[in-house]
Amino acid sequence: MVNRIVVGAHYGLRDWIAQRVTAVVMALYTVVFALRALSMPEMNFENWHAMFSSGYMRIATFLFFACLFYHAWVGIRDLWMDYVKPVGVRLFLHVVTILLLVGYLFWTAQILWRL
Amino acid sequence: MSEAAVKKARPKHLDLAKIRLPLPGYVSILHRISGVGLFLMLWLLLVLFDRSLGSPESFAHYKEIVGNPLVKLILLGLLWAYMHHFCAGIRFLLLDLHKGIDLPTARKTSVAVLAVSLTLTVVIGAKLW
Ligand code: HEM
Repeated sequence: MVNRIVVGAHYGLRDWIAQRVTAVVMALYTVVFALRALSMPEMNFENWHAMFSSGYMRIATFLFFACLFYHAWVGIRDLWMDYVKPVGVRLFLHVVTILLLVGYLFWTAQILWRL
Repeated sequence: MSEAAVKKARPKHLDLAKIRLPLPGYVSILHRISGVGLFLMLWLLLVLFDRSLGSPESFAHYKEIVGNPLVKLILLGLLWAYMHHFCAGIRFLLLDLHKGIDLPTARKTSVAVLAVSLTLTVVIGAKLW
């Protein structure tokens, strides 16, 4: 760490920060969601639907999911890097993870903007 | 590290079945396991989210799915995973900020993480079912 020669690589610091920033966003959203859910008079379609189509909740929910998928990407990629050594297999798993999470992102957008 | 510390005879084995983790070690590995569990089951959570918001008919379908005992069990597991990952995650964020880094405090906060996440799981689980 002390005498590190700076060569322009980012040493994973950016991902480390992103994982933490997304964690904070998700934690805050979790509290907001819990409060909204608790103040819902009854769990039925009308109330539930209204909760996610109201003002800030739709965009906040989307941001939550976007953070979740980015957070999961960093976490799962670390996991592949820790446990899967053959380069080809690891690359394959990275690609599958990315495709899955990008797919999920579009899916959540579709769920939320169809309301 | 001092000479004495290096020379002290320590048992050296990487046999997973023999390694006894200290409590914060369990919180840490459970954080990883809960994160992976949530990742693996995201598809189910998204299916439920999709069904619950589509239309009154799909909402009824959602109710039907979550009424299934096996699904209930899986969701209870995921609820615990989220609660543990959430509490342990906040603990890690505080450790990153060098809060609670000394050993006695770190032990206490790991007990707190395990206790709070289990309690929340039981309370919320009981309320939902
Ligand atoms: C309130 C929500 C959350 C918080 C506060 C949070 C916090 C964190 C933190 C701080 C880390 C870094 C741990 C470390 O480097 O040792 C982490 C890792 C991780 N998180 Fe989350 N997280 C949250 C939600 C989620 C969700 C919903 C998932 C599901 C996909 C997830 C999956 C992961 C994974 C797979 C890792 C990597 C685990 C590891 O490397 O051991 N997280 N989380």
